[in-house]
Amino acid sequence: MNLNADLTAGRLPDAFLRPGSSSFVDFLAEYAPDRLPGNRTMPAGMTDPATLSPHATTIVALTFDGGVLLAGDRRATAGPMIASRSIEKVFPADEYSAVGIAGSAGIGLELIRLFQLELEHYEKIEGSLLSLTGKANRLATMLRGNLPMAMQGLAVVPLFAGYDLDKDTGRIFSYDATGGRYEEHEHHGVGSGSLFARGALKKLWRRGMDADAAVAVAVEALYDAADDDSATGGPDTVRGIFPVVATVTVDGYQRIEDAEIARVAEQIVAQRRERGSIA
Amino acid sequence: MNMPFYVSPEQLMKDRADFARKGIARGRSVVVLAYEGGIAFATENPSRALHKISEIYDRIAFAAVGKYNEFENLRVAGVRYADMRGYSYDRSDVTARGLANAYAQTLGTVFITESKPLEVEIVVAEVGAQAADDQIYRLTYDGTVADEHGFVVMGGQAEQLGRRVKEGWRADLSLGEALRLAVAALGSGDGSASRTIEAAQLEVAVLERDRPRRAFRRLNRQVLADLLAEDTGTASGETPADDLPPAGDVAVGAATPGLGTPDTVPPEVPADTGTESPADEAKAGEAKADEAPAGDSTEESPTEDKPDEGPDAPGTTPGADH
Repeated sequence: MNLNADLTAGRLPDAFLRPGSSSFVDFLAEYAPDRLPGNRTMPAGMTDPATLSPHATTIVALTFDGGVLLAGDRRATAGPMIASRSIEKVFPADEYSAVGIAGSAGIGLELIRLFQLELEHYEKIEGSLLSLTGKANRLATMLRGNLPMAMQGLAVVPLFAGYDLDKDTGRIFSYDATGGRYEEHEHHGVGSGSLFARGALKKLWRRGMDADAAVAVAVEALYDAADDDSATGGPDTVRGIFPVVATVTVDGYQRIEDAEIARVAEQIVAQRRERGSIA
Repeated sequence: MNMPFYVSPEQLMKDRADFARKGIARGRSVVVLAYEGGIAFATENPSRALHKISEIYDRIAFAAVGKYNEFENLRVAGVRYADMRGYSYDRSDVTARGLANAYAQTLGTVFITESKPLEVEIVVAEVGAQAADDQIYRLTYDGTVADEHGFVVMGGQAEQLGRRVKEGWRADLSLGEALRLAVAALGSGDGSASRTIEAAQLEVAVLERDRPRRAFRRLNRQVLADLLAEDTGTASGETPADDLPPAGDVAVGAATPGLGTPDTVPPEVPADTGTESPADEAKAGEAKADEAPAGDSTEESPTEDKPDEGPDAPGTTPGADH
């Protein structure tokens, strides 16, 4: 597909002017299918995909009074190596939703970029937002397109959270590599450290928490994940790198400032120090 | 087999231009004007769903007059173009200039090759980091592009309204002042007593320079009503400040193809020597009035109910003041 020639030759290609769906992904599938992240064919090879590309690890989500929170650590690993200490895996999907990824980082980041574009494209074409369930389903469809790559070891596992403007509540959706979509209640976590994070969430989550309390719970859950999972990074006070924590409320997506996360992390460390346990 | 009658290229282009202009003149005008914090768009449009102004990309917006289905098609194509480009390269690689060129080529090709030209006139505007970086491109049915400064009026009575805006426009208008000026111009229509247009009848949007990523914002009725009512009202008393940069070569009628606009991309075929361009045939007028299939239910937004008051009256045709 001679895409660049089309775009520079002057007039808009016919495909652009054809009436069609409001989905950018559908448009891309028709116009330039090779640009879809899942459409690449991978050579059959012997390399372990886990060492081929960095992996992103733990993402947690929890609801609180008036919204939902999504948080992720900052580490990416390639096999036993730390590939990055400051990668970001939590992003705004649009104004009222957020998405985080665990799994193959390169593909996940590309998927998120396309998902953000998909939502924005729909919004511009239609002049209105998709419903939250519509967004969640759209992500599932895109993920299903990535199945061939997942089968070869490059799986992406997103966690999607948003504020449902129709129901006035925060909601969380998790996925599997085949595009299965599951609504989670109260809290959830994905990624290699999620086992530990979810244990912490189960103990710490309370009904009727406000946003500040939710931030503390999320940071503590990630702290526990980092404590026991080598692929999850803890708060890095030396370099000043802290988890990305974002809330989504009726006022929209808001990333919590690093200074605030640093303060919360410091409190947690202080509590643990006081407790004095070594296990 | 009948031999087709010979029609000279001049006549062909002229007929097409007349046809397109008539369709456009039937619609209500859109005013686009720069203000101190960005670029504002205003038009009379009672529909809340069928927009004539919309977002294309982060800093780029689109406004159109003419046939709804045709400019809607162009709008969607523009969104696809911008999103495709941003996805292939980077968001910063999407520019109004690129989009305007693509539109110009498209309009120009349709004008020459299709059986019917597009009855649309559009503006593509991009808000820059500073006022000096703002870009406003006006494109007409034949693919003519003009790089405008300050303000543009297009549609039914573009010329009259353009004069009105020119009187009051300054580069440092506040948003409220700019909108009052635009609305006063929109209401000054047909030379008769000027109307006051209610906020509910207006579609207004802005590209705000200071918004971080997506600069486009629609003003809802309440915000709009407040802005319009801000002080004693009509911006009509405004006198142009003396020593401001000239209000631009803008205006109506200045759309002579190729006129001093580095970005002008004339369609390949129509002569654009300034004397024969399709835009120059103001005299056309009445002759073709009844043969245009345009009187049927196709024009503008479906909500448009403007009486058909001689859309082809000379002087109401944009870009035709010769």
